[in-house]
Amino acid sequence: MDLYKELLIDHWKNPRNFKRLKRATSRVKLVNPLCGDKMTLELKVENGEIADVGFSGTGCIISQAAGSLLTEEVRKLKKLDKICKIDEKEYFKILGTNVVPGRKKCALLAYQALKKALEGNGRQNT
Amino acid sequence: MQNLRKDFPILIKNSLVYLDSAATSLKPQQVIESVASYYSEIGATVHRGIYKSSVIATNLYENTRDQVAKFIGANSAREIIFVRNTTEAINLVAYTWGEKNTQEGDEIITTIMEHHSNFVPWQRLAERKKAKLKVVGLTEDGHLDMENFNRLLSKRVKLICVTGVSNVLGTINPITKITQAAKMVGAKVLVDGAQMAPHMKVDVENLGCDFFAFSGHKMLGPTGIGVLWAREELLNGMEPFLSGGGMINEVTVGDTTYADLPLKFEAGTPNIDGVIGLGAAIDYLNKIGMEKVRSYEEKLVEYGTGVIGEVRGVRVFGPEKTNLRGGVISFTVDKIHPHDLASILDEQNIAIRAGHHCCMPLHGKLGVTSTARASFYIYNTKTDVDRLVEGINKAKKILK
Repeated sequence: MDLYKELLIDHWKNPRNFKRLKRATSRVKLVNPLCGDKMTLELKVENGEIADVGFSGTGCIISQAAGSLLTEEVRKLKKLDKICKIDEKEYFKILGTNVVPGRKKCALLAYQALKKALEGNGRQNT
Repeated sequence: MQNLRKDFPILIKNSLVYLDSAATSLKPQQVIESVASYYSEIGATVHRGIYKSSVIATNLYENTRDQVAKFIGANSAREIIFVRNTTEAINLVAYTWGEKNTQEGDEIITTIMEHHSNFVPWQRLAERKKAKLKVVGLTEDGHLDMENFNRLLSKRVKLICVTGVSNVLGTINPITKITQAAKMVGAKVLVDGAQMAPHMKVDVENLGCDFFAFSGHKMLGPTGIGVLWAREELLNGMEPFLSGGGMINEVTVGDTTYADLPLKFEAGTPNIDGVIGLGAAIDYLNKIGMEKVRSYEEKLVEYGTGVIGEVRGVRVFGPEKTNLRGGVISFTVDKIHPHDLASILDEQNIAIRAGHHCCMPLHGKLGVTSTARASFYIYNTKTDVDRLVEGINKAKKILK
């Protein structure tokens, strides 16, 4: 059992920050057409800090658990400059799992959504 | 068929349960050796050399063409064109016959269950020619909606493109009914035989179609070799697809005349080892007998749809009657994404396919974004099916 570690399954079953924000300053919706994974990631940024973060969507365990794990990390880091420093390597550490190439797209959906949301920082991006 | 598993090195080395033969089949030692011996013992190109090894290579290459003609019931080896794969065969028809014979306002009929390779080329041709692409729908039980097909048929239809066997639903389509109806309006019929030729006896004359395309790698042969069969008079009337070496009769500064069939459509040095490997694959299949291949798979699919369908939460797609379905079982498991299922099965060394299987329009119609697919061939056994069922149950346990 390499891929489906307890951590991942826990975050899939009990996703953290699974919600829509009322006053998001940035909103990104991404779709992975290959498997139909959908992810909406929202940030509420105030004075260079995360005031709130949430995600919603449907799809496979990897994509949805990643949304939960990543938003938890974002909440924990809080400061935008620190969040901007999350790169792919760091991201897979957060997920705590190895992903075969065929599943990388599922795993990266949340990461790409965050990167886009940070670009749009303060604007609405859909 | 149990005893032929020993011919497949991959099955001997691993305890692999390989259930993705609709994507590509495993290769028996006989095919692997035929390819290796071309390189270790012959090595020369075809249709050129005066020397012995080139003559031997040419004979092997052309003998395979005869073999392929016999294998699919073609009248003549001149009607057998070697291409890379089914996709290339279909594109060849789209860019030559299609380009010449469709005009604005004409119609092309395809079906909702087509692989993208028998869908996108026609979508593009219709776009180039301002022709209309009409799509035949499905019945509730996963067959082509023939009433719908008959309604779409008219004198405006130039070409009907249909798969012999669906790579998702497994549906075996009523090709002879389609070709008979096509003749009434003067339309040509192209059959995508990728999932048909490897699994049952094909006779293009009995089918009554005009074009038949299939791939070597799904029928125990190497990758990169496929076949287009077309009626000789059609091929004669078609412009070359690719041009250059090998496909010419005479070239002057001002003009070029083309080689006769089939070489007119085989520009450039061909995939010689692929052709030789395909010949070995056909030998292997003929030794078993295509009727036996079909009856063995039919029993396996009947067993498979039964035991997989019994797993709680599983939904099996496609026709219920196994005499009308090929060696493919697509299914979903309640609350488990097919990709997660495939990953968990992979950890148990069970290889299935998960996704849209290059059939996005069909999945849209079925109302799912993806399915899991187990597909069978002659080397699969009931034990493989049982291990798949165990695997599905294990996935349900892990993710409950």
